[in-house]
Amino acid sequence: MTYIVNGETLESSAKTLSELLLALEYEGDWLATAVNGELVHRTDRASHRLNDCDRIEILSPMKGG
Amino acid sequence: MLTLYGQELGSRMLLGTARYPSPAILADAVRQAGTEVVTVSLRRETAGGRSGGAFFELIRELGVRVLPNTAGCHSVSEAVLTAKMAREVFGTNWIKLEVIGNHNTLQPDVFGLVEAARILAGEGFEVFPYTTDDLVVAERLVEAGCKVLMPWCAPIGSAMGPQNIAALRTMRAHFPDVPLIVDAGIGRPSHATIVMELGYDAVLLNTAVAGAGNPALMAAAFAKAIDAGRAAFEAGMLEPRDMAVPSTPVIGKAVFS
Repeated sequence: MTYIVNGETLESSAKTLSELLLALEYEGDWLATAVNGELVHRTDRASHRLNDCDRIEILSPMKGG
Repeated sequence: MLTLYGQELGSRMLLGTARYPSPAILADAVRQAGTEVVTVSLRRETAGGRSGGAFFELIRELGVRVLPNTAGCHSVSEAVLTAKMAREVFGTNWIKLEVIGNHNTLQPDVFGLVEAARILAGEGFEVFPYTTDDLVVAERLVEAGCKVLMPWCAPIGSAMGPQNIAALRTMRAHFPDVPLIVDAGIGRPSHATIVMELGYDAVLLNTAVAGAGNPALMAAAFAKAIDAGRAAFEAGMLEPRDMAVPSTPVIGKAVFS
C-alpha cells in the first residue's frame, strides 16, 4: 500500500501502524504518531490498521524555544 | 517560591533549548542558570527515532521539568494535535501554546490561541499561552482555563526588550493572582530585571542565552538579573519624583557664616 509518512510517499506491506514503524526501523518510546490528523496512542499502534494513502506523522523531541 | 499549576519552583527563569552551539553548551547553560523548566519542541523524525532519542536523553539527564511547545503551529487544529502528541511523548499536561498569526513578527493569532486554549484546557492540559500584551485577550485566556499567562515583551528573537511597559504593568495590576511570565523579546539581563521589577513572576528566554558569545556565562548573568528584579519588587521601590530630596538630614547642620 502507499503511505505518506512525514510528507514522503512510500510503499509498504505493513498493515498496522506498529508494523510500519518496525519496517521503517523506528525505535524508542519517545515517538508520537498521528494518522490522518488524529493522534494514535502508543498502546493503540498495534491494533491501528492502516489504509491506502493514509497520512502518517511520526514526531520526536527536538530543541525549541 | 514560584508555583505554576501546583508545581513549586525555586528558579524564576525558564529556558528554551534551541540554537545553542552544542548539546554540551546547552547543558552547561541550564546548569549555570539553575533553571528548573526547559522548553522543547516536536518535529518530524527522520533518523528512525535516534535523533529525537538522543536529545530527549540529554534533557532527562538534566533532571529538569519539560514544557513542550507548539512552536510553528499556525492553526488551531495543528496546535491541538501537536499538544496531544507532546503529551504522548513527554508525559506531561503542561503545554506552551503557540498559534502563530504572522510570519514576519511571529505574533500570536490571539483568536486561534483562545480557541485552542479552551479545547486543550477541556482535555486536561495545563496551558501556558504565548500571547500579546493585550489585556482583553488575557481575560479571554483566563476564561478559557489558563492559570498562567505568557505575554511577549517584543517579537521572538528580536532582543528588543520591553516595548510596552505600560501594558505589562496594566496586566500585572489586573491579574494580581495569575502567574505572569514574560515570553519572547528579552535581549539582555537588564531587560529581564525590568520586567521582574514590574512584579512579573518569571521570564522565559532562549535566543539571548543561546546566541551569546558564552551561553553558560550569560545564563548565569540572567539568573542573577532575574533574582535582582524579583528582590527589588518584593522590597518595594521608590517612585521617581521631579524635585531633589536631600538624603542627609538637614537638622543639626553646622552654620559657618
